[in-house]
Amino acid sequence: MMSKSSRVALAVCLAGWMGFTALGIASAEEPKSVKLNTTADHTKFKELQREFASGPEVTKACLSCHTEAAGQIHRTKHWKWEYKNPDTDQLLGKKNVVNNFCISIASNEAACNSCHVGYGWKDASFDFTSEENVDCVVCHDTTGNYKKPSGLAGNVVTKDMEFPPGSGKILKAIDLSKIAQKVGKSSRDTCGGCHFNGGGGDGVKHGDMDSSLAAPEKELDVHMDASGLDFTCGTCHKTSSHDVAGSRYTPTAKDAEGAHLRGATDNGNPATCISCHGNVPHKQEARLNQHATKLACQTCHIPEFARGGIATKMNWDWSTAGQRDANGQQITRKDAKGHINYESRKGDFILAENVKPTYVWFNGQVNYTLKTDKLDVNADVTHINTLGGSPTDGKSMIWPIKRFGGKQPYDTVNMTLLTPHTAGNDDTGYWKNLEWDKALQAGVKVSGVPYSGKFGFVKTQMDWPITHMVAPKDKALGCVECHAKDGRLTGLDGIYMPGSGANPLLDKLGWGLALLTLLAVLGHGAMRIVLRRKA
Amino acid sequence: MTERVYLFKGFVRFWHWSQASLIIFLMVSGFEIHGTYKLFGFKQAVGYHTIAAWALVGLWIFAIFWHVTTGEWRQYIPTTDKVVAIMHYYSSGIFKDEPHPFRPTSVLKHNPLQRITYLLILTLLSPLLWITGWLYLFYADWSAWGLSALQLEWIATAHTIGAFLMLAFLISHLYLATTGHKLTSQIKAMITGWEEIEKPRHP
Repeated sequence: MMSKSSRVALAVCLAGWMGFTALGIASAEEPKSVKLNTTADHTKFKELQREFASGPEVTKACLSCHTEAAGQIHRTKHWKWEYKNPDTDQLLGKKNVVNNFCISIASNEAACNSCHVGYGWKDASFDFTSEENVDCVVCHDTTGNYKKPSGLAGNVVTKDMEFPPGSGKILKAIDLSKIAQKVGKSSRDTCGGCHFNGGGGDGVKHGDMDSSLAAPEKELDVHMDASGLDFTCGTCHKTSSHDVAGSRYTPTAKDAEGAHLRGATDNGNPATCISCHGNVPHKQEARLNQHATKLACQTCHIPEFARGGIATKMNWDWSTAGQRDANGQQITRKDAKGHINYESRKGDFILAENVKPTYVWFNGQVNYTLKTDKLDVNADVTHINTLGGSPTDGKSMIWPIKRFGGKQPYDTVNMTLLTPHTAGNDDTGYWKNLEWDKALQAGVKVSGVPYSGKFGFVKTQMDWPITHMVAPKDKALGCVECHAKDGRLTGLDGIYMPGSGANPLLDKLGWGLALLTLLAVLGHGAMRIVLRRKA
Repeated sequence: MTERVYLFKGFVRFWHWSQASLIIFLMVSGFEIHGTYKLFGFKQAVGYHTIAAWALVGLWIFAIFWHVTTGEWRQYIPTTDKVVAIMHYYSSGIFKDEPHPFRPTSVLKHNPLQRITYLLILTLLSPLLWITGWLYLFYADWSAWGLSALQLEWIATAHTIGAFLMLAFLISHLYLATTGHKLTSQIKAMITGWEEIEKPRHP
């Protein structure tokens, strides 16, 4: 039973609560029209209430308040496209590396550099100290209308223009004023604008990043699930001073730090799984935590890549490029699923969806074959990059990778990779004229690679660690994907896996012993029956 | 003429049959984990194998306690007495319906050959399976225990060797259980405790 005094107290509480609620309703009379996750409404800023004739004009307006932003960008890989790997001393970055997709940006800047966070990088004369050439909007657009067309060196179109000139194709102008007034935090769309399209098209390069991640379902990515956790790229790639965490040049293969604690001294990579989940993430099954001492989380939790319905390129053979039809026109062919698998200007492709990764020991060290490196004449394949790692170095984990194969031009005398001029509406651009020698001459002039005039095509291979498209836990790999004969890790050194039939000799001897014992007792029994009957 | 002797006390019979079931179940699940066939599914087999292993650990704790406190451990003290005669019996006498040279009593229930076999199983084969099985279970703690030089493959191979030896023992054990006075005398004895044996022919 309730005492009188407590009944009074309850009544007072109820009255107070009702009064408080009523006040709350009163103060919410003018709800905000949009869910603001910022304290600034850029439509109200006078600096942005004007017309902008170019990207740099917008940037100047941004910098009038965000005074240090351009300086922060200047220090990043997104701006420099250059990175010196402190472990290997190799000078990397898009400016320097050669890959086996579109090969090299040298001489192709106007096209490739539409993905640079800047305006106007068309050749070596680009001013990397210019603040107004920083492109703020490409990462902060929220409208989806901001476009940096290929061929314009990262510039935007503010007046309708015919491009390429004489082609009859019109590039539509965009309204920079409206776009600038709507800037906000970066999103899956802004990052994806470039990173989904690496290699020149949706899903081409990475396999674990394509436009299906713009608004994915839980099955495709448990964290980015648009109707669930709804992570943006930045949720994991925690960015500070515009420097985005995470690197493909110096990845974190094994994170021994454990979960990151606020305030703790920790220079670790905040984009690893472990930085949130810790090193013993499995609550139910301790055995899975044992697995996590050798396996990267990604190995089990990303059962396949390219799962979002968009195919990724698995192979690109430049050596077959250049075919024309009877009328001398460039041709394209498609595979059974409708993916383009041949283009005159690019050669043959193999595309695939729902790809089971290849698995390797990986310790985070990546070595590149650079423009200056001599190719090994005797090698079966040239490794564009080589992932370091072994079962015994104590730094390696078993990682899933996309192994991308290719065939690309090299100098048969100097034994180096060559950099063709591909994109460009000019006489030497391979994609226009399909002439290798001209394209290579023009390309090496910019890249500085010595060219003997003799070229061939070399088989190449590039490895891409897979880390996105994390499946929900019930879709993680089951035991028998690996614990079986011809399981996924077959051929990988330094592991013993029960169930994989690892030691056939042991089985032969063991079953042989059991069989002999059986024969012996059966023989003995038979003799008992036969001999006793006689007696 | 036969007589009945009381050989197996209640606990021994309980121990024998529960241990037999566990060992057979461990073999069935173990060889699935080994990759020999599919029955429960790999994940379930691992789970069952682990549970059965812990159950066997529990059973052994009781069994060791019982053997020590009752003095029954003396049943396993090896002897060479009559070994030759018994070997001769199984390789020759048994076919001619000769009498068994060993007469079991409740104090000496195992013949010398059994004593040696069971002693070897209890002191060599079982520990091989136990130790490797425990290490297998606690694989994650090896480095914490200072065992990082150990290779999983060695442990797994030794454990599998143990399993094959146990299988060979099981086959011969099942057969030898039929070599009593009648085919079923020894099996009945392990159920009821009482074994029917032949009376001495020369009084």
